Amino acid sequence: MADPMKIRATLQGDVADVRVLMAHPMETGQRKQGDKLVPLHFIQTISAQLNGRTVFNADISQAISRNPVFAFKVKGAKAGDKISVTWTDNKGEKRSDETEVRAGS
Amino acid sequence: MQQTRRSVIKAGGALGLLAAFGTALLSPVRALAAWNKGAFEAKSTLDAMRALGVNNTEESKEIQIRAPDIAENGAVVPIDITSSIAGTSAILVFIEKNPFPYVGSFDVSQGAVPFVHLRVKMGETSPVRVVVTAGGKHYTSAKEVKVTIGGCGG
Repeated sequence: MADPMKIRATLQGDVADVRVLMAHPMETGQRKQGDKLVPLHFIQTISAQLNGRTVFNADISQAISRNPVFAFKVKGAKAGDKISVTWTDNKGEKRSDETEVRAGS
Repeated sequence: MQQTRRSVIKAGGALGLLAAFGTALLSPVRALAAWNKGAFEAKSTLDAMRALGVNNTEESKEIQIRAPDIAENGAVVPIDITSSIAGTSAILVFIEKNPFPYVGSFDVSQGAVPFVHLRVKMGETSPVRVVVTAGGKHYTSAKEVKVTIGGCGG
């Protein structure tokens, strides 16, 4: 099981600024260890839900950096709302984590 | 008492039917959104765009790409993309000179602001091309990023 994501959602007006840090090697399939290629291993899809309703989707390739960081902004959020993020990789591994939207400073 | 029990069962049945109908309605959308293998395996930006059904693009100044002019480390290049085009539904990103240029698509049509921040690997100096889909049309913009140390091999 992959390590948990770090998710932070901060309110700016009625828009939640969501930042996610995922723990994943994101192997390109081109890197060598000794003289053997390290096989492709990367996150393919990401989706985010606001109180269970999907608000953001992404399909990505191995060109995303190791331990990916993403930020996106969700409309119509308020403090205490639940933001959950799920990723799946090319080996079928999956991870979901959630956080609460916090009031901005 | 008996009547109440009946109506509860009836209501439950209707709810079940509604749920089944809902799933049937949603599934084609899911199928469309499947990970586009052809586009991700394309070796040129043009081929990747074709696989994604992007044929005509129009240059637009309403797409802001914030990325470093010179990236010292090609393994982590931060990019911020904001679209001011009304009705933006998706943001597509391509690193033209990477072995596989298509980096990904970000669907913001369901309640997200047309903005995304991501960090990418770049093999060498290359234009970062962004395609924005809005109202069935495609708009594009690009920014050159110079890379001193590549981030693909190693």
